[in-house]
Amino acid sequence: MVKMEVHDLNLWYGSFHALKDINMKVYKHKVTAFIGPSGCGKSTLIRCLNRMNDLISNVHVEGRVLLDDKNIYDKDIDVVNLRKRVGMVFQKPNPFPMSIHENITYGPKLHGKKKGLDELVEEKLKDAALWSEVKDILGQNAMDLSGGQQQRLCIARCLAVEPDVILFDEPCSALDPISTGKIEDLINELKRHYTIVIVTHNMQQAARISDYTGYFYLGELKEFNKTKKIFTNPDNPETERYITGKFG
Amino acid sequence: MVRRLSEDMVKGILGICAIFSIIIIFLIIIFLFREGLEAFSYTNVIDFVLGREWNPSKETFGAAAFIVSSLFVTVGAIIIAVPVGLLTAIFLAELSPQRVREVVKPAIELLAGIPSVIYGLFGLIVIVKYIRITLDQPTGESILAGSIILAIMILPTIISISEDSLRQVPRAYKEGSLALGATHWESIARIIVPSASSGILASIILGVGRAIGETMAVVLVVGNVEKLPTSFFDSGEPLTSTILLEMGEAAVGSPHYYSIFALGILLFLIVMVLNIVSNVWLGRGLKRG
Repeated sequence: MVKMEVHDLNLWYGSFHALKDINMKVYKHKVTAFIGPSGCGKSTLIRCLNRMNDLISNVHVEGRVLLDDKNIYDKDIDVVNLRKRVGMVFQKPNPFPMSIHENITYGPKLHGKKKGLDELVEEKLKDAALWSEVKDILGQNAMDLSGGQQQRLCIARCLAVEPDVILFDEPCSALDPISTGKIEDLINELKRHYTIVIVTHNMQQAARISDYTGYFYLGELKEFNKTKKIFTNPDNPETERYITGKFG
Repeated sequence: MVRRLSEDMVKGILGICAIFSIIIIFLIIIFLFREGLEAFSYTNVIDFVLGREWNPSKETFGAAAFIVSSLFVTVGAIIIAVPVGLLTAIFLAELSPQRVREVVKPAIELLAGIPSVIYGLFGLIVIVKYIRITLDQPTGESILAGSIILAIMILPTIISISEDSLRQVPRAYKEGSLALGATHWESIARIIVPSASSGILASIILGVGRAIGETMAVVLVVGNVEKLPTSFFDSGEPLTSTILLEMGEAAVGSPHYYSIFALGILLFLIVMVLNIVSNVWLGRGLKRG
């Protein structure tokens, strides 16, 4: 089943044409990975999926991005509600400078939840595989956690607003290998309930955790296919050159 | 050899200049305390701070009216300047278009460059009149007039430092908040302002320090009546005004003369403590940021 669909998407930063005629699908309860060399547009595309690019001035977007068949670039779309449905985990862990508990309840409180917050915190921290490590220090400042713990906290924080889709923008690039392994296991777990899109510059990571992979180069989607296919027998020779490390 | 020598000379001259300003500060402090502490051989500290009567001819020196006036004027200034300043800072840091900010911020900082006596004149002509006529008060020369003038004077401090610390809040916090479905204003109110709170507090404390120490602008508008003020519409006489007004008539070496220096010590201690607190707070904010 298709959860999100990108149709003829073009994006310009000022006069720089950063995304060119992108067409692709994000399947429900699957992990979709974007790979490609730096500056290829993969992060730009993922930030189109919850309209985080709106924050940057002089960005111009053309084309459609459908979420459950509704174009998220339509005028009548409530961006706030969109971002609630399409959550995001960033490259650098960015917990808020408040307690662990408050970090998790921040989103739900904004959306009007007042009761059952303690249960929610426990549930989401368990989902993010962080509960056992922090259950006795929920009142402590989240900035005191390690990088890997902070990133899992950010994932829990994202889960707490109960999104349909979670976007991961290079979630492990600031983490050590052990923390990276934990996040990868977690993504594998999460895809049972959530649709996941991940940007990574680590090809092994894409191969390990994703079901579908898109290869980007200079703002174009060169190939979009099942991950297995991309890594064993890609249609596009350019993809193969990148995958095998001859280029990029 | 010659180059070595000139190098050493330059170092030496710069060093002396640097030390010079420190020496001056210490000399001022020593001088202030030497003259001021003498006052406490006539009046004990508690009577001096809490005493209500200030009568040089009877050699009674109670500074309560001045201290309370100073506090009144300052608190009033803070009540006016903090909301206005903070909201302006938020507007500049988060909401205003780049172009507006580029015009407004330097304009606000220009306010800090206006000589304080000009503020006083403006207050005397405009604000004092307004209070007397429009608000129908017996006299316009009041604590309120002083507070308004001081509020305008400390706005640049509050706006400038608060805006800087708001802009120092990592962009990642804001993005994280927006990505959770917060609106821009919710992100400002719940994440950005709290994250910048140490800088904002420091700006307020610096503003308080400036307000308490300000002399010329205040002396022109507060009425200078040696009486304990009970409302913002009363006249008052802050510490600074008393020092300014009475220094000329006090005979050098008289109890009156020493007591005026003691007022100076009070003022100095208050401002010093506020500055230290605000520096600590600013430093704390930077470390976390």
